[in-house]
Amino acid sequence: MTIHEFLVPPSVSCQRTGPQDSIVMSSRVRLARNLKKQPFPSWAKKPERLRVLETIQPVVQALPQLAPHFAAAMDDLSALDKQILVERHLISREHAAKGSGSGLVVNQEESLCVMINEEDHLRMQALRPGLQIKACWQAVDALDSALEPKLDFAFSPELGYLTACPTNLGTGIRVSAMLHLPGLVLAEEITRIINAANKLGFAVRGLYGEGTEALGNVFQVSNQMTLGESETQIIERISKALNQIIEEEENARALLLEKKPKIVFNHIGRAYGILANAHTITSKETMNLLSLLRLGAELGRFEKLNRSLTDELFLLTQPAHLQKQHTEKLGAEERDTLRADMLRARLRSVPRPQAP
Amino acid sequence: MLCNLCKQNEAKVHLTKIVGDKMQKVDLCEDCSKEKGVDDPTSYSLADALLGGALAAEPAVADSEPSAEAGVKCPTCGYSQADFKKAGRFGCSDCYATFGEGLEGMLKTMHKGIRHTGKVPAALQQSRADAQKLKQLQKRLEKAIAEENFEEAAQFRDEIKRLK
Repeated sequence: MTIHEFLVPPSVSCQRTGPQDSIVMSSRVRLARNLKKQPFPSWAKKPERLRVLETIQPVVQALPQLAPHFAAAMDDLSALDKQILVERHLISREHAAKGSGSGLVVNQEESLCVMINEEDHLRMQALRPGLQIKACWQAVDALDSALEPKLDFAFSPELGYLTACPTNLGTGIRVSAMLHLPGLVLAEEITRIINAANKLGFAVRGLYGEGTEALGNVFQVSNQMTLGESETQIIERISKALNQIIEEEENARALLLEKKPKIVFNHIGRAYGILANAHTITSKETMNLLSLLRLGAELGRFEKLNRSLTDELFLLTQPAHLQKQHTEKLGAEERDTLRADMLRARLRSVPRPQAP
Repeated sequence: MLCNLCKQNEAKVHLTKIVGDKMQKVDLCEDCSKEKGVDDPTSYSLADALLGGALAAEPAVADSEPSAEAGVKCPTCGYSQADFKKAGRFGCSDCYATFGEGLEGMLKTMHKGIRHTGKVPAALQQSRADAQKLKQLQKRLEKAIAEENFEEAAQFRDEIKRLK
């Protein structure tokens, strides 16, 4: 079975809902673990990496909480399949670049995903729709505890879990939430928010993590410090910050509607106009306009448009997902045309936004 | 917008990279991007490499260090201090012991504290708890003997035996 056949289609996965999902697209908690005495993946030679993969993968696959799962060595996945996994936020771009000696185990719900030999021997993550940091932590904590008796994890009583990069040392935890913040962007408040988050020790990144653009007004907020605080303390601190950002976004939306409704409706109306009528469109423009359509849906501007459709289109119009719907290899120009064709077709049944 | 490389064709591939607080952009036409291997959306790492090369963004930190520091090598994996300076990552978990000196300063700048206060593997936690209990029992045993409270002392002795 291919990964594409295994994963549920975006039309189904985008129906999943969670608390605060008008702003929080998804939550994630990731743990980094390594085996004792084994060189870390970037320093290990190929046979050593293969040995670690062969040690870890069967143990992970045997876990009942991952069933039903899909497992593969990274060199068995096509470049397109890897990119699909990146677009679904199941693996990092770094992991997609890996070949022989790295692997992946993901469950069908897309709620648990284990990367083997990424930067560390094990990167396990729990994902949930909406704001569900605690549930993510409980799931990944249980996964870690189930693996612990079967794998010899490198742990020091003083420094905690030992990781390839000292920035992950200690708990090895990375807590993050993907936030849709069009209100703060439109109100030009986003820089202030990012600076404030940075001051509290949180990183704010783009759609695909480190070094990526905040396409579609989507921002990833995550903790940077992993040592000197317990997992629960880290989760409490970031949850507080996230709730503050959510409140700021809600306020920004309310204030924009009150003070500058024409500007907001103008953005939403134009976004609809272009998406529903364009004949060629890049993925970047699509994402930015879909963000405004999502905002319009949230503000009740559309009669027959709910968030699951904008989220589905957000995924389906990205390069690899678009390519997957066509058998022949597409060039960038062809993709732009086919993307526009799909958007026009899917938005045909959505009437234009109502006038206020 | 014209392609940055051939400066002839319309740029179709736009790459953006953020280094520190500076943003760098490269705009390429489809032909040049194919030639550089960045036409495929999957090869982001290539894109990064290209950006680094084209704009010489990354300052070369390596190789400028005096070789004296390169002396110590991790007995488990052969990693050296110079390797760490270059990559910012360690070679294996034992490197933390090998290069432990001077680590504290770096950890202080990165983290909230320098001691782990989070999750501990269950097996370790159990043995830690047992060790603590044993210590306590031994103290009580000594006290009981000192007070000639032999009945209690016998109880403590039995408990210690069981734990060991």
